Formats: sequence, structure tokens, C-alpha cells
Amino acid sequence: MEVKTRQYKRVDLVQVSGRVDSGTAPQFEAALQEIMSQDRFHIVVDMQGLEYISSAGLRVLVAGLKQTRRWNRGDLRLASVPPRIQDVLKLAGLDVLFQTFDTAVDAVGSF
Amino acid sequence: MPDHFELTVPSDLANLERIADFVTDAALRLGLSEQQAFEVQMAADEACANVIQHAYGPGVEGEIVIRCEVEGDEFVITIRDHGRAFDPEEVAEPDLACPLEKRQVGGLGLFFMRKMMDRVAFHFDPQAGNELKMYKRRSP
Repeated sequence: MEVKTRQYKRVDLVQVSGRVDSGTAPQFEAALQEIMSQDRFHIVVDMQGLEYISSAGLRVLVAGLKQTRRWNRGDLRLASVPPRIQDVLKLAGLDVLFQTFDTAVDAVGSF
Repeated sequence: MPDHFELTVPSDLANLERIADFVTDAALRLGLSEQQAFEVQMAADEACANVIQHAYGPGVEGEIVIRCEVEGDEFVITIRDHGRAFDPEEVAEPDLACPLEKRQVGGLGLFFMRKMMDRVAFHFDPQAGNELKMYKRRSP
């Protein structure tokens, strides 16, 4: 798994690729926490290049969604979700919770 | 071509990727489609993560044995360990319809194992250890 973050004026972009499993999810979580610890709650997770996400990775996403939306201070939005990952989100009933965009540019621009 | 594949790894989350590669490769060699192989590796990943985190737990040394084979028209993956047993009936089904504020993303691992495979069977034996068998029908 690889996590890269990029900070824009109003939005933080998190590019996650490879495999998010129980072993790598903590690193993904740390990247999100690092952003939110700076009181920044407009986050886009770019999933282009994401091959797999396990229940541990989904827990990180849901925790991030809850934290960003608290007191209407922000949101965590998804971009470039590969079909297999979309299937997994749907199976877990999580697809309806996230705003999803075709590209990271669209998602960043949506805030 | 061998009719089964077996991998033994120490209980460590860092080995999950190795397990996933092994299971994907074995599933493809044993006649599953790419999509089926993805589903089997997901079930195996969730199962092995449970073994490492709960059956053995942090800092406990132990081994996990993963075996892939074909029985009749089914692909079978068997995962064995000597950690603590658990009652799969006690793991609550996740409530996939509840609103975000109340959403608990627990129990999803077992949920995915059952969704991705046709059948999942646990067997716990104090002497022989824990055994999980998961079955998936091969496409005709």
C-alpha cells in the first residue's frame, strides 16, 4: 500500500493505492488523522490504483467520514473508485454513505 | 500440475499480502476466474486477519497453514491455526442499513467471508486446533 497526501487551500487529497488490509490500514488511518489534527476536514480519498480494501480499511473510511462530518465541519469524499472496490463498498452498504466522483479533480472541486 | 497448494506462515499482519498472493495464484491455477480468485483472496484475507488479531493476538507466536485444493466441482480453502477458538454465532451480523452516526463497522470480516464464498465451516478442536473450510463452486 502507498499513501500520498497533497494539501490544497481548502481540501486535502489522499491518494491510496495497492492493498489496504489489516496490516496496512493503520498507515492509511494515520494519514487521515494527520490531516484532521490540523483542523482540516475537507478530504478527498483518491482510489485510483487501489487494488483491494478489507473490512479494516472500510473501518478507517467510515471513522474518517464520521469525524469529518461532525458538527457539519466537512466531509470525506471518494474519487476514481475502481469497480471491484465499488462492489465491496456496495456489499457492505457503505456506497450510499459516501459522495463519490469520477475523478479526483471533480471531487476536489466539489467542496 | 499439483492438485493442491499449501503455505505455512507465522502469525503476523505483515504476511497478509503474501497470503493474498498465494491464494490468488492457487485459485487461478485450480480453475477459478479472475473475479472468483479476487473473492477467495478477500475471504482468506479477512479470515487470516481474524486469526492473527484474535485467535493468536498481538505478540503471540504461532503458525497459520493455508491449503487450497479442489473437491469435486468446488474450490476449497482450509485455514488452520492453534490460537484461541471463538463462536462464529456470537459475532453479530452487521446492520448495513443503519444511519452513519450509529454505524458500527464490526463483524464485517465474517460477513465478507460468507458473502464471498458459497459455504463457510468452522471446526474447533482443543487438540488439533482450529480449522476453517471455505468452499466456492467453480464456473462450469
